[in-house]
Amino acid sequence: MLEVKGLNAWYGESHILHGVDFEVRDGEVVTLLGRNGAGKTTTMKSIMGLVPRREGSVRYNGTETVGLAPNFIAKAGIAFCPEERGIFGSLSVSENLMLPPIVAPGGLSVDEIYTLFPNLRERAGTSQGTKLSGGEQQMLAIGRILRTGAKMLLLDEPTEGLAPVIVQQIGRTIREIKARGFTVLLVEQNFRFAATVADRHYVMEHGRIIDMIPNAQLEANMDKLHDYLGV
Amino acid sequence: MFTILGIPGPLLFGQLLLGVINGAFYAMLSLGLAVIFGMLNIINFAHGALFMMGAFVSWMLLNYLGIGYFPSLILSPLIVGVFGLVLEKTIISRLYKLDHVYGLLLTFGLALVIEGLFRNAYGSSGMPYRIPDALQGATNLGFMFLPNYRGWVVLVAIVVCLATWAIIEKTFLGARLRAATENAPLVQAFGVDVPRLITLTYAGGIALAAFAGVLAAPIYSVNPNMGSSFINTVFAVVVIGGMGSIMGSIVTGFGLGVIEGLTKVFYPQASATVIFLVMVIVLLAMPRGLFGKAV
Repeated sequence: MLEVKGLNAWYGESHILHGVDFEVRDGEVVTLLGRNGAGKTTTMKSIMGLVPRREGSVRYNGTETVGLAPNFIAKAGIAFCPEERGIFGSLSVSENLMLPPIVAPGGLSVDEIYTLFPNLRERAGTSQGTKLSGGEQQMLAIGRILRTGAKMLLLDEPTEGLAPVIVQQIGRTIREIKARGFTVLLVEQNFRFAATVADRHYVMEHGRIIDMIPNAQLEANMDKLHDYLGV
Repeated sequence: MFTILGIPGPLLFGQLLLGVINGAFYAMLSLGLAVIFGMLNIINFAHGALFMMGAFVSWMLLNYLGIGYFPSLILSPLIVGVFGLVLEKTIISRLYKLDHVYGLLLTFGLALVIEGLFRNAYGSSGMPYRIPDALQGATNLGFMFLPNYRGWVVLVAIVVCLATWAIIEKTFLGARLRAATENAPLVQAFGVDVPRLITLTYAGGIALAAFAGVLAAPIYSVNPNMGSSFINTVFAVVVIGGMGSIMGSIVTGFGLGVIEGLTKVFYPQASATVIFLVMVIVLLAMPRGLFGKAV
């Protein structure tokens, strides 16, 4: 279980997060929705220890991770798939896949990852990870963190800029890994996609959580949500 | 006596060999510089001083402890590598968040301090280091006499350069290193202890410089300035080869050594400047260097 309480984060002088509170229970898929600049990505980076300064509390399975360096947060079992995907051009596709160290038992095998993403198996020999298409890079970015045994996955806009058929494939993947017992925190701009995979939605605005909507009540709250997201 | 292009063969091949030997040292030193720059974003001006330290440590091992050349080839890089590790941990690591120029100033200062200490203790006239018995003498290649030790240096340098290349380009550890060079925070967020990787990279680059220093000891006299006489050329090699390219450093190192050697035959007056002439031409035509990758 991931418990975030009173999380504040700064980039230099800019105070981005102003006391973020939410929790993700084991086995849940939870989304952070919100407009651009609401602080969704910063929340993920703060959980991962990738912001210059943060305060507050982020507990994962009871362990306080604020104050830990990113590598120790990863070893606690949290894995991050960044918005820009973070595929390394100086590494081959299979080197990219094998890069994140195993942090716990129970991750997917390389074969299982190839079964989820058959394209990756065909492209495994590609010498530069960045030669893959955008969709393939996203599959690689998700696939490589499934290997590590981390059970808490932070996926930052995994569907951004992808063709509908790939978005569907990523949706299937998220449902599949949920069925395998993974816990997912998902940042999404596209709440129609989020509705197909998530259990609950948190809405962010100005660096705070302003609302929580269970997925079952999403339809009933559509007007409110449109208002929040300005769509 | 046979001649080539009007030049006596032995003179040509002699200078060519000198060029290849110098090239071997350029290659080993620029390799370390390139790797360190890639990981630490620091232009390590102390590289020449640590090369000199490698030669001095092997001289000290021999004269104070009676430890010979071959054990020194391992021991001296280890000792100097540990020294580099301590430098990185205690001093250099404080600069990563600052501009490049601070790292340059700091390592330049370190070089002056290290060289100054050795100059105080041993003077600057230089001390001889005997070629080990097993590598004494020369071999007749038909067209020239090859001093055995020089052949050994070229051979070992090639092996060490290729091994370093293979470690970085072909192994799992090398993949982590390359990834951390590209995006260190993300690699750390995957659970890799990047600060430790950086420390080990620095120590490894330094050990390589010290190894070159041990190889150099019997060829050049062991003196506190032996590093600074090399390092200017080595920086030119790194610039010509392209910052951060491993194979580029190796090929450029050997290539420029040969060009320098040939210049000594055909137009000796230009031999000290030819490398910088090449640097100017390469930078005009290819600003990223011969093997530099697009940024």
